[in-house]
Amino acid sequence: MSILAIQLLNSLFYASVLFLIAAGLSLIFGVMRIVNLAHGSLFAIGAYTGAWLVGQAIGFGVPAAWLLLVIPIAALAAALIGIVIEPLLLRPFYRRAEEYQLLVTFGLLLILEDLMRLVWGGLPLTADTVMDAMPVVHIGGLVYPGYNLLVIVIGIAAAVVLWLLIYETKFGVLLRATSQDRRMASALGLNVGLVYVAAFAIGCFMAGLGGAIVVPSHAAVLGMGVEALILAFVVVVVGGLGSLKGALVGALIVSFVRTAGIQFFPEVELAVLYLIAALVLIARPTGLFGTA
Amino acid sequence: MKAAAIALPRSPARPYAASVIGLAVLAAVPGFVGLYQTQLLTYGLIMAIAALGFNLLLGYTGLLSFGHSAYFGLGAYTVAFLLQWLGLHSMELYILLGLPVAAIVSALFGYICVRHTRIFFGILTLALSQVLYSLALKFFWVTGGTDGLRVPRPTLLAGLIDFAGSGGFPRFIRSYYYYVLGVFVLSTAIMWVIVHSPFGKALQAIRDNETRARFLGLRVRRFRWAAFLLSGTFTGLAGILWVPLNGLTTPDVLYWPFSGEIVFMTLLGGFRSFFGPIVGGIAFTFIKTYAVASTEYWQLLLGTVLVGLVLLLPTGIVGGLSQIAKRLRETKESAT
Amino acid sequence: MSLLRTVELRKRFGALNACDGVNFTVEKGEFLSLVGSNGAGKTTLVNLITAHLLPDSGQILFEDRDITTMTVAARIKAGIARSFQLVNLFDGLSVFDNVALAIFARDGKTAKIAALAASDTEVRRETREVLAEFGLAAKSELLAGELAQGERKLLDVAVAYTLRPKLLFLDEPTSGVSSAEKTQIMDTVSSVVRSGAVTAVVIEHDMDVVFRYSDRIVMMHEGAFLADGPPDAIRANEAVASILLGVSSPA
Repeated sequence: MSILAIQLLNSLFYASVLFLIAAGLSLIFGVMRIVNLAHGSLFAIGAYTGAWLVGQAIGFGVPAAWLLLVIPIAALAAALIGIVIEPLLLRPFYRRAEEYQLLVTFGLLLILEDLMRLVWGGLPLTADTVMDAMPVVHIGGLVYPGYNLLVIVIGIAAAVVLWLLIYETKFGVLLRATSQDRRMASALGLNVGLVYVAAFAIGCFMAGLGGAIVVPSHAAVLGMGVEALILAFVVVVVGGLGSLKGALVGALIVSFVRTAGIQFFPEVELAVLYLIAALVLIARPTGLFGTA
Repeated sequence: MKAAAIALPRSPARPYAASVIGLAVLAAVPGFVGLYQTQLLTYGLIMAIAALGFNLLLGYTGLLSFGHSAYFGLGAYTVAFLLQWLGLHSMELYILLGLPVAAIVSALFGYICVRHTRIFFGILTLALSQVLYSLALKFFWVTGGTDGLRVPRPTLLAGLIDFAGSGGFPRFIRSYYYYVLGVFVLSTAIMWVIVHSPFGKALQAIRDNETRARFLGLRVRRFRWAAFLLSGTFTGLAGILWVPLNGLTTPDVLYWPFSGEIVFMTLLGGFRSFFGPIVGGIAFTFIKTYAVASTEYWQLLLGTVLVGLVLLLPTGIVGGLSQIAKRLRETKESAT
Repeated sequence: MSLLRTVELRKRFGALNACDGVNFTVEKGEFLSLVGSNGAGKTTLVNLITAHLLPDSGQILFEDRDITTMTVAARIKAGIARSFQLVNLFDGLSVFDNVALAIFARDGKTAKIAALAASDTEVRRETREVLAEFGLAAKSELLAGELAQGERKLLDVAVAYTLRPKLLFLDEPTSGVSSAEKTQIMDTVSSVVRSGAVTAVVIEHDMDVVFRYSDRIVMMHEGAFLADGPPDAIRANEAVASILLGVSSPA
């Protein structure tokens, strides 16, 4: 019974991370109609930055509890990179064929992945200290890291905040208006450029946050960006691109399937996920709640 | 892919004349340069075939694939398996048995991918190539894992020519160059016919205006699938030719940055022309060899140049050259 | 037997009733204009007949055959073709190839992969003929994307015409061009269509054009037919005149 509870919690943990990445991807697509192939790399940057900051903080003797602050800082770093990227590399291509956007973001992917290698080297970077700093929880007779529970809370909080932002704030109205009809929004005097950069930055923040919260549990390694991109893709395929609800539901479904898959077929875990994505794409091309 | 064209030659005779000259030059090369350069050019021709296949999908059908490493790698690994499990050494058998494998997997992957719009198509192709990559790593007792599988020199022309014994290496390099050149010429000719056939015209129509193509009664998905199949098979052929020269196949050749290289070289040469990918494939091979020798961060360089290309020279080398030629023609005409 | 007949055809878009139980008949050999203000339902009707949209209810009969559920490809085979309001051409192909492709598609030759398109002399001959009829022969080597707007409109019609349909729908063939060009285009289109014995239904806004070239005018308003008859009858119709503000006064 307690093993089941642990598996459930693990699934929720993983779902939180997936939700953050996928929601960022979906938000950017929903508002700007572009898919950033380097989105996973921003997740990776969040992870690397987080782990690096933890290392630095420990070196300066920062007490363990304060280490959690690293998480939002790392996410902000990813958002800052997004603020630089959007006007520089994406804006010139909004009017051009879609292929160019894909090519540019693919180039960005190559650049970011190698930049990470340049800055942090080829070895994995860990942040176990953060995880160890948090108390453990007892479930049945088993011990479970309290940190994982925190991640689940963060995931839920992020979903709520994002939902409030999009549906209850004035800024959210601007976002939705721009996503519906860009030219109309611009004709009404909205600063579309600002909305775009903000939306992109938020999306990158989400991805970076995902990386920052996962790194105490899973070390930052090269190639995690592409893997995250593909997983986020599977999530939005299932849930539908451009939908917040879809990102949430998709993340939960993918996560539960993955956990179950690992239990019974550990070897083919990744293939199971791709199979699901392929099946969903065949049966319901726009996903469960898609707007694409 | 909206608007603009595959550059039409001014007169039909031009590409034929240029090709003959080009072929003559290529045939003469080994007589003038050393073994290393000959080997490099062989790699260049191989990548040209890969890019040519890739561009059938991009330039002519308007579909951008980020997963073509899958078919290249399949070709390479199939050769390694043919050697390991069946003890085959004949280059002809490698090609004859390897092509169907590439074709079947392209057909399967294509079936999954072409049902979707550009974005999903692109990421799906990436995901599928990653599946193959992770399989190659996971089943290391079959694929040799990161160490890969060795493939020694094959026999050419149904076993007539082999390269055992002393002096084998230089003989192999020169003979293999002409062998690859022959396959290259054949592949280029086949691709030329394909894109200039009614089928090829239909592909371009679908690329330009899917709705209108449908309103001519064309079954869009079927054409895209056929293009995907042909594209994957051509790139698979490149992989088959590559591995005996490289002597070894590793999972790197299935990994996504390699797909990026194929995209890059096509863009470099110019994806809106027939010969662009050929120019790109050869140029890229030489550029990469010298670049990799000078920097450890090859991917960074590649990415930066890719972004630069898309920003500044989206029509690639061939496109840029033909624009210059056009400009010169116009100044000449206005001057007379 | 009418060439085309719709029976109580209905299509709603949310609250908008684009087609409200439309009973539309087209007789063989007619040159018919479909008019009405924006949003009256003209394009929707054409979209339903050409399978761009599926109806909510009702039937479409072509030569007394029920085609209501037929696919685009099947309807083209049956003999229905259309051109588009926003010009829909293959900009990356030459003018020649745009027409040639229609022939290849019509004759089922698009699967041919082992022969050069240029080697089919039959197709080349027919392409040259069509281009000559439409006055585009001089531009045949240009890319479709390089043509002027008026020529693009003509090419759009030419491509649809090449499919040798029995019934041809033309969606605003003169929109976006100057008055002088309008006459040119309509002269060409109506003479080619009539000499080819093709039945044509033209969606038009320019009433001068409509009165000059049509055998019959059908007017739609809010998803239903308001008037239907030869130009003289329509001209005299008061209800029509009150809807069509800004129309040229009856001669």
